[in-house]
Amino acid sequence: MEKNKTFHRKKILAAFLIFLVSFIGLSVRLSYLMIGQSQYYAEQARELHERERSIKAARGRILDRNGVVLADNKTVCTISVIHSQIEDKEAVIAMLCRELTLDEEYVRKRVEKVSAIERIKSNVEKATGDTIRDYNLPGVKVDEDFKRYYPYGELASKVLGFTGGDNQGIIGLEVAYDAVLEGEPGTILTVTDARGIELDAAGENRIEPVDGSDLTISMDMNIQKYATQLAYQALETKEADSVSIIVMNPQNGELLAMVNVPEFDLNEPFTLPEETGSGLSEQQKQDALNRMWRNGCINDTYEPGSTFKTVTAAAGLEAGVVHTSDTFHCPGYIMVEDRRIRCHKAGGHGSQDFIHATMNSCNPVFVTVGMRLGSDLYYDYFQKFGLLEKTGIDLPGEAATIMHKKENIGMVELATISFGQSFQITPIQLMTTAASFVNGGRRVTPHFGLRASGQDKRVSGVFTYPVREGIVSAETSETMKMMLEQVVENGGGKNGSVEGYRVGGKTATSQTLPRGSGRYISSFLGFAPADDPQVMAIAIINNPQGTYYGGQIAAPVIRQLFENILPYLEETDG
Amino acid sequence: MDRFRERRKNKADHYFDYSLLFIVLFLLGFGMIMIYSTSSYEASKDYGDAAYYLKKQAIATALGIAAMIFTANIPYHFWEKFAVPGYLVSAVLIGLVLTPLGVKVKGARRWLDFGIGLRLQPAEIAKLCMILFLASMVCKMGKSIRSQKGFFTILLVPLPISMMIWKITDNLSSAIIVFGIAALMLFVASPEYKKFFLLGIAGAAAGTGVVYIITRMASSEKLDFRGERILAWLDPEAYASGKGFQTLQALYAIGSGGIFGKGLGQSMQKLGFIPEAQNDMIFSIICEELGLFGAIAIILLFLLLIWRFMIVANNAPDLFGALLVVGVMGHIAIQVILNIAVVTNTIPNTGISLPFISYGGSSVMFLLIEIGLVLSVSHSIRFKEV
Repeated sequence: MEKNKTFHRKKILAAFLIFLVSFIGLSVRLSYLMIGQSQYYAEQARELHERERSIKAARGRILDRNGVVLADNKTVCTISVIHSQIEDKEAVIAMLCRELTLDEEYVRKRVEKVSAIERIKSNVEKATGDTIRDYNLPGVKVDEDFKRYYPYGELASKVLGFTGGDNQGIIGLEVAYDAVLEGEPGTILTVTDARGIELDAAGENRIEPVDGSDLTISMDMNIQKYATQLAYQALETKEADSVSIIVMNPQNGELLAMVNVPEFDLNEPFTLPEETGSGLSEQQKQDALNRMWRNGCINDTYEPGSTFKTVTAAAGLEAGVVHTSDTFHCPGYIMVEDRRIRCHKAGGHGSQDFIHATMNSCNPVFVTVGMRLGSDLYYDYFQKFGLLEKTGIDLPGEAATIMHKKENIGMVELATISFGQSFQITPIQLMTTAASFVNGGRRVTPHFGLRASGQDKRVSGVFTYPVREGIVSAETSETMKMMLEQVVENGGGKNGSVEGYRVGGKTATSQTLPRGSGRYISSFLGFAPADDPQVMAIAIINNPQGTYYGGQIAAPVIRQLFENILPYLEETDG
Repeated sequence: MDRFRERRKNKADHYFDYSLLFIVLFLLGFGMIMIYSTSSYEASKDYGDAAYYLKKQAIATALGIAAMIFTANIPYHFWEKFAVPGYLVSAVLIGLVLTPLGVKVKGARRWLDFGIGLRLQPAEIAKLCMILFLASMVCKMGKSIRSQKGFFTILLVPLPISMMIWKITDNLSSAIIVFGIAALMLFVASPEYKKFFLLGIAGAAAGTGVVYIITRMASSEKLDFRGERILAWLDPEAYASGKGFQTLQALYAIGSGGIFGKGLGQSMQKLGFIPEAQNDMIFSIICEELGLFGAIAIILLFLLLIWRFMIVANNAPDLFGALLVVGVMGHIAIQVILNIAVVTNTIPNTGISLPFISYGGSSVMFLLIEIGLVLSVSHSIRFKEV
């Protein structure tokens, strides 16, 4: 047997020394990495482990002028299961089926699925979420979140608007006041594993969110509610396509109500009405939704018809081309160039002064006044009254006036414009213009937003709106109020009169384009008290069946509205 | 049998290296703590059982300790007659990987599955058999090892096995280890220095040459994956999403450990950032949790272990025993050095586990059999000889 010789021992020692040197070398390398480079690598690792997650800011509420909450936030829960943490699978399945009233098969499939986290149900009521949390079953996770909630559902749907998943406004005031309402989201810095799952034990680094400010609007929930009722009543009895009602304070432009029926449910804004057929393409469905969300009072234009005679009257009086005592003769038509323009009363109104012509809504008289003004002057007044600009209402998507070019206005065009045809404006435009005739000549900006109040000082405060003075003289304004009161007292608008109150107003019945289609729009514009208007309202009934005269179907709507809200407004003012 | 009885009788006269045994047991215990710490999070996510890897490792360790006790109690000369069959068996087993018995795990065909949950890496068996075969062969050659022919014979003998491990099981690191063990045993067996010195210089020059060529070729995009590994080694951050990913993640772990570490169980990088951190990269988690102090303590323990091997080898009653211990010493030392070098990005990334600590059943079982051999050699030392 061979001996273990001395040189072997030396060699073994040499091998050991080589290993020793290697170990020392590695220790030096380690020291370099763990002391010298430690900060660099630790920083890199921290960046790798940290995730930034945003915390939703609570969106500001929308309140009516009396503090009634119209748009609120509701806490809803999302229920999920974490497979690896479940201890008693059967108990979890049984509990979830019972509390969430779900199919056992559905729940079992999700509970048994091997995944990091599996969502069972979202948008669960907070009370249910709390009950589930109280079971304290391992592996069941209840997350809370905010959801926009509209306590009155359909009320003022097209005005208030709704929000999308990222807390952003989609239509209506929710869009217009997004900056006020949205607030500033906060962030949580959390530590996660490689899969992105947050670690509970690790400390959180939070930047708190700034909640959105509350928005108080000029709407009065009671008036809005009652106006909605009346609008639906008219919609049903007249089998109309749609009915709009606007109620405004003509002195300052504060809108008390804006109704467009049919409204839609703000809590289910993506659900089309049942009668809309299923099987629509994605594009068709989106178009149908957009139509459903449209606010006719500001997004759509129409030919105003006889209500626009207020503009012709105001312009004529302002220019001095007509006086209340001027007498006219109406044979039932008027010839303009080679065209015979008929009056709505076939036999004609005969001899009448300007006040009676207004009460009768006599077309030939207003054509005559338009002719006296001439197209240039008429266009200048059109412009001066602000009809070519938008009203500046604080709602998105206001439609612009569709009007002839100045140089294209011939005699026939001038004649039709004089009684409100051949051009289009929005209802809110008509209302704003009419308001300036009865409030002493001030063009106010119609608006809903009154003030914002919240933690965020940058967006808090009372809103102010521009007012343009001198639209018409005080004298013209007085005359207009007097004449329009006569329309309701003794003229075509007598269905709009309210016992015990002085009401002024003007009716309109306009045929929609194309002419001869048999489709009409009837409307009535009223205000009260006639000597010092505090409230102005317009009702527009689109495509009524049967009787379609504004004086017969639209005026009663405003009368009923005034009968209720005039005493109510006196009470709230007092 | 006479010798056997005599040894029994004079038990008290014989040496037994308890310090070596305790160092090994300590490393095993520490290894299991680290495997649990490193793997529990991922294991509970993947298998719903935090101790999934720990349990498997504990079973392999228990089997390994039983095998170690058995081996330690058999005089090591008993194994001499298995030298040649062992060499052949390891060659056959490596070949078997290509048959249906071979199992592919995560893209690499390195395992043999004999059913009943017994899964082996033939490369681990080959390391043990190579130590036994070379020790026996050197002893048989006697003085002829000093001749040129003898020198190169010993150098060539491990090559077929090395090549098979590399080419068949696609495991370059095990091939290098087998060859490294053989080179160390030859170094001890041969009285020469100059040749080894020259070989070392030649090896270093060749390595530098290869790295130089690969860096020059970097733009030509004709590199295989080993070539890219070299580039990732030189600049891991440039290959952060590819070949440099694992290395970079290990460096994050090591660097964020600092001097005192984050504390046992506090590693972040083990939460899936370092894939299968309980395997080859476990040392980086030790660094992250226990800091530079913990890492150096582990290196010192391995150094202590190697020092004990040296003591036993130097006092072995004969050259065969000494060479067996040298082989085991080479195996463990090379593996520790290469593992830590890879984890710290001192050398290009290649899969080498850390002895006694990394997760892996075959590895721990055969390492413990090797320790059993060393203990058996230590047991044959007579006190008067010490």
